[in-house]
Amino acid sequence: MKNTLSFTATLAAGALFGFGLSWATMIRPEVVLSFLTFDDLGLLFVLGAATGLNLLVFQLLPRLRQRSLLGEAFETRLFRADRRSLIGGALFGIGWGICGVCPGPALAGFGAGNADLLIALAGIFVGALLHGVQEDRRSA
Amino acid sequence: MIETLFPHGISHYLVGGLLIGLGVALLFIVTGRQGGASTFFSASWSWLAKTPFFQQSAFLQSRNWRLVYAGGFVLGGLIYLGMGLPQVTSEMPAWKLALGGVLIGYGARLGGGCTSGHGICGMASLNIGSISVVMTFMATGIATAWLFKSLGWGV
Repeated sequence: MKNTLSFTATLAAGALFGFGLSWATMIRPEVVLSFLTFDDLGLLFVLGAATGLNLLVFQLLPRLRQRSLLGEAFETRLFRADRRSLIGGALFGIGWGICGVCPGPALAGFGAGNADLLIALAGIFVGALLHGVQEDRRSA
Repeated sequence: MIETLFPHGISHYLVGGLLIGLGVALLFIVTGRQGGASTFFSASWSWLAKTPFFQQSAFLQSRNWRLVYAGGFVLGGLIYLGMGLPQVTSEMPAWKLALGGVLIGYGARLGGGCTSGHGICGMASLNIGSISVVMTFMATGIATAWLFKSLGWGV
């Protein structure tokens, strides 16, 4: 029962996210590029609305409840930036500025019928593999 | 001024952003998880790549829900398509999608997240590291898009 609820909520959460990206036209790479060149700053409202809502949820909910509805602890973000993660962010931005795609919109846009995004999705998988291979070499 | 900055209006951006936020909130409220998108692309390699990095417990323990969550993104797009809402066409050349895709995948994993993980969840967590990465990819994204536009390679 708990697994079914978890599965359903996770699928619904992803579907809301993907539908929202489609509604906001952020699945269209040209819209992202026109944001980055300041021709249409509308994506500020997408990021602002999504982040603003969750600023409330992430900050307030763990003070009101100890655990999530399914009884798991609330995940806290322990991430710390270092030189390598900032280089990663810089490379991510360059890729974003070249093609106007990021991981979520690549998935949602593919679902909405843009089959060309399979190329971007394949590229993202290759990039993630290269990163893992490099991490294995570093620790070997 | 408003028409210059927002030539397509703001309402669909605002509504879309709220729907995205509701998705992230739903996942957090029900499961306690923070829903970034990019870890899916590393965690899924754990089914094929039997190396120490890809077999780390963080991937093995999260790969199932991350696959469902990623499937949800595709489903959300499919529902949009199925409702006959305005079509979103794109003319992005394949070389840009391929080159950009590899940089996005590698960069997001080295950087510890992307626009959803650092951008929405990280900033909503008021995590300084996430905010630093967001500032970094916004800066290089803007610089790259302007460079391509000035070279005549933009849209």
